[in-house]
Amino acid sequence: MKPFAYDRATDADGAVATVTADPDAMFVAGGTNLVDHLKLGLVTPEHLVDVSRLPLDQVTEREGGGLRIGATVRNADLAAHPLVRQLYPVLSHALLAGASGQLRNVATTGGNLLQRTRCAYFQDVTAACNKRDPGSGCAALSGWTRYHAILGTSSDCLAAHPSDMAVAMVALDAEVVVLGPDGERRVALEHFHRLPGDRPDLETVLEHGELITAVEIPPLAMARRSAYRKVRDRASYAFALVSVAAALDVQDGVVRDVRLALGGVGTRPWRARVAEEALVGGPATEAAFAEAARAELAAASPTDDNAFKIPMTRSTVVAVLSGLAGEETR
Amino acid sequence: MEADLTWRVDGVEHTLAVDTRTTVLDALRDRLGNTSPKKGCDHGQCGACTVLVDGRRQLSCLGLAVAHDGSEITTAAGLVDGDELHPVQQAFVDHDGLQCGYCTPGQVCSAVGMLDEVKAGHPSAVSDDLEADVELDEDEIRERMSGNLCRCGAYSNIVAAIEEAARA
Repeated sequence: MKPFAYDRATDADGAVATVTADPDAMFVAGGTNLVDHLKLGLVTPEHLVDVSRLPLDQVTEREGGGLRIGATVRNADLAAHPLVRQLYPVLSHALLAGASGQLRNVATTGGNLLQRTRCAYFQDVTAACNKRDPGSGCAALSGWTRYHAILGTSSDCLAAHPSDMAVAMVALDAEVVVLGPDGERRVALEHFHRLPGDRPDLETVLEHGELITAVEIPPLAMARRSAYRKVRDRASYAFALVSVAAALDVQDGVVRDVRLALGGVGTRPWRARVAEEALVGGPATEAAFAEAARAELAAASPTDDNAFKIPMTRSTVVAVLSGLAGEETR
Repeated sequence: MEADLTWRVDGVEHTLAVDTRTTVLDALRDRLGNTSPKKGCDHGQCGACTVLVDGRRQLSCLGLAVAHDGSEITTAAGLVDGDELHPVQQAFVDHDGLQCGYCTPGQVCSAVGMLDEVKAGHPSAVSDDLEADVELDEDEIRERMSGNLCRCGAYSNIVAAIEEAARA
């Protein structure tokens, strides 16, 4: 590990100013991903600015509904928060499906959004990786890609976004509140992560020095009945092969409204807009759910190793939406 | 680069200067000689390094020591009360919840933290109803302890030990 200076930030503006002024500085919060990356040599900051003790650790109700989640709220605390459990169960379920109890006690909301792919080639500094070392190539293209993305990939990168939390949040139309040297701005989470294209090293729309201070979730009545299902290689403590976050509003057998997002299959938390459009106004039947999933997956470009994710995604979408539709009509 | 750190470890205050790169785990083991938390994978995948930080279970291998200035750290060695084992430790002994023992201090700290989470009403990934009281059955224990691996495969006795400790 390369030596680095360490500072504990006492206010957000100061933290932003410090990192903005130093191109070799990085923020650190829980550190559950970054400290591992320091050990692996994936990142080599000369200066860490610790934002974990900034007063951004509250979940509050917004005026007019919805929640504001401070950036340093721990994943465990967010999952257990009474309002999240009640208003957005999909978010609690997604958080609880991720990592382990020990990690959820430390990992923060902002850090979770910025966690990096678990692509084995990205994490191996001896392998070619356009994300870690732009222009070096992509070892995954000729490698083992069971855990890689099938949606949003490019000829330069197949890495899947690893977050569960973000999949639920993108389904819920979350907004990311960002503080920069010139003040605050808001970015829809759906547009916060970039597709890899020919610059997989650019993962989000954040500029150097910009700090996530909160995530806001608008009110959504149907989210009270929402669900998250994660399919993985072992029963717990593993990244998703496929995951589905959904909220559904059915009346008289017709889909009035739906939110659908996918994890484990996209290069970013994947809002399934094509499927949503196919569903609204149509029948709430398994056949319609499968057809909508098929429409979303028409754009998929799988490898031999991960082509199984297409039928697995379709089945999981059908299972989750059918479950919600059944609940709805009870 | 060095930085000063003051923290309490198993009830004793320590002040030391650490290289900023030092993890909590390495500071405990190499600087304070507290070898209770174990270095298994050193990448947050096995749970052998689990300690309690301000009462909550965490992985000491993924925390920077300098970020824990002012923290109260409890390792499995610090759970004893005089000569008396902590109820979770005693349950592991009574149920033979180990073979080689390497993962055990992490398992014990994780179980202590986990039982507090249950008392606080935290749901888990296998809790069907997020708002219902937690019934700590085998599925719940296995899910909540999934961050602690045991290469000997002593899981069935670990579950039994935790079930008993939960009843205590």
